[in-house]
Amino acid sequence: MIAVIDYGVGNLFSLSASLKYIGAQSEITADVNKIKNSSAIILPGVGAFADACKKLQNSGLIPVLREQAEEGKPMLGICLGMQLLFERSFEYGEHEGLGFIGGDVCPIAPDLKQKLKVPHMGWNSLIFKRPSPIYKYLSDGEYVYFVHSYYAKNCESSVTATCTYGGIELTASAERGNVFGTQFHPEKSGSTGLKILRAFSEIR
Amino acid sequence: MLAKRIIPCLDVRDGMVVKGKNFEGIREVESPVALAQRYNLSGADELVFYDITASAEGRALFADTLKAVASCIFIPLTVGGGINSLDDFDRVLKCGADKVSVNTGAIRDKTLIGRAAKLYGDQCVVLSMDVKRVDGKFTVFSHGGRVNTGISAEEWAYRGQEEGAGELVLNSIDTDGVKGGFDCEMLQKVCARLTIPVIASGGAGKKEDFLTLFQSVPQADAGLAASIFHFGEVGIGELKKYLSENGVHVRL
Repeated sequence: MIAVIDYGVGNLFSLSASLKYIGAQSEITADVNKIKNSSAIILPGVGAFADACKKLQNSGLIPVLREQAEEGKPMLGICLGMQLLFERSFEYGEHEGLGFIGGDVCPIAPDLKQKLKVPHMGWNSLIFKRPSPIYKYLSDGEYVYFVHSYYAKNCESSVTATCTYGGIELTASAERGNVFGTQFHPEKSGSTGLKILRAFSEIR
Repeated sequence: MLAKRIIPCLDVRDGMVVKGKNFEGIREVESPVALAQRYNLSGADELVFYDITASAEGRALFADTLKAVASCIFIPLTVGGGINSLDDFDRVLKCGADKVSVNTGAIRDKTLIGRAAKLYGDQCVVLSMDVKRVDGKFTVFSHGGRVNTGISAEEWAYRGQEEGAGELVLNSIDTDGVKGGFDCEMLQKVCARLTIPVIASGGAGKKEDFLTLFQSVPQADAGLAASIFHFGEVGIGELKKYLSENGVHVRL
C-alpha cells in the first residue's frame, strides 16, 4: 500500500485515481502506523511553501517521514511536495525544508534569460541528466505537466532531469537514495505520468 | 521548451456535451466521458468543462460526469459554469477538477478570485471573460454573453491577474461560433499588460486559424475550441502535427 500523506494540502483526487488506474493500492492517510507499514510514500502539495511546511509540522508527521526516508523506504514528493524535500526555500523569506535532498528552492523569475511568463505552466519536455528508476519506462523528450513559480537549485548532484524555459534549465526531478522528487505532476501528465507512477510503485 | 496547448472545450448540460452557435441554438452531441477519452488519446493537452445546467439535478449529473472523466483521464481538467462561491470551488475540486474557471461569479463578487486564490492557490483559479466590441471598445459581458457589464476588458483582465487569477480564458463573442478565426485583434489588445498564461477562445474553424493565432499573438499560450473538434472537422492530432510542421512548438 502506498501512503499518500494527508496534511491538508491540495487536491488528491487525481493522484488517488491515477494510482488506482495503474493498479497500485493507495490510501490518503495521516496515520503514523499506516505510514510505517506502507510500501512507499507520496508527499503531495500545492500552494505556498511556508504554509505547507507549517501544516506538515502541525500534522506531527515529520519525524516518521524522516525515519522512513532514513530506512530507505521509496518516497516521492510531487510539485510543492518535492520542494519540501530540499534544505530551504526562498519563497517569501527563508524557510527550512525537510533536508532529505541537498539544495535550495528559489524563484524562477529573476533567473530567466528571456522574459517569459511565471508561473512556468504547461507541458514541457524532459531532458535526462542521469538514469533514474522512476524513468525506466520513458524515452527521451517525453512531455510532462508543470505549474510552478519556484525551482530547486544548488542540487546538481541530485538532478535526474531538467527542462528548458526562458534560456535556463529548470530542475524537473531530483533524487537521493530512495527519496525522489518531481517538480511536475505525474498524475496530470497523461500516459507519460502514469508510466512514472508505475515505475515508482515498483521500486523496492 | 514549453509547448503551446490545444484545449477542447466541452459544454455539458444534464450530463451531455452540447455546442451552440453564438451562444444560442444549443444541440446535444455525445457522452462527455467518451468524448474526453477520444480527445485524450488524440493528444489534447487539457480539457475544459463548462456546466451549463441550471437545475440541481443537472448539477448532480455534472458531478458524476466529472468524477467519471477524472477517474480515467490524467491531464489537467478545468471546470467552469455556475461558480459563484468558494463552496462551488470546493464542490468541483472534490470531483477531480484541477482548475476552476470563474466568469459572472467574479463580476458579481469582486472578492471571489482573491479569496479562492488564497485558499486553493493561484494555479487553481482561472478567470474566464466573454468579450465583445461595444462602440469600438472591448467590453466584458456576463451571464453567458447576454449582459453588458460596461467593464473594459483590458482593465478586468489586469485586475483579475492582480487579484490572483493564475490563468485567463479570453473568449470573443464577436467571433464565437462563426469559424472565421480567433479574434487576434482583441487578444493582442487585452493580453498586452498580462504576465499570466492566456487561453484564446472563440472563432476557430480550421487548423490554419490556430497557426495564425500563435504567430500573431505570441502571448497566447493555448487555443481553445469546441465544435470543430466535436464534429471531427479538425482532428487534434492532425492539428498539432500541422502546427509543429509550421514551427509552433507543441506536445506530440
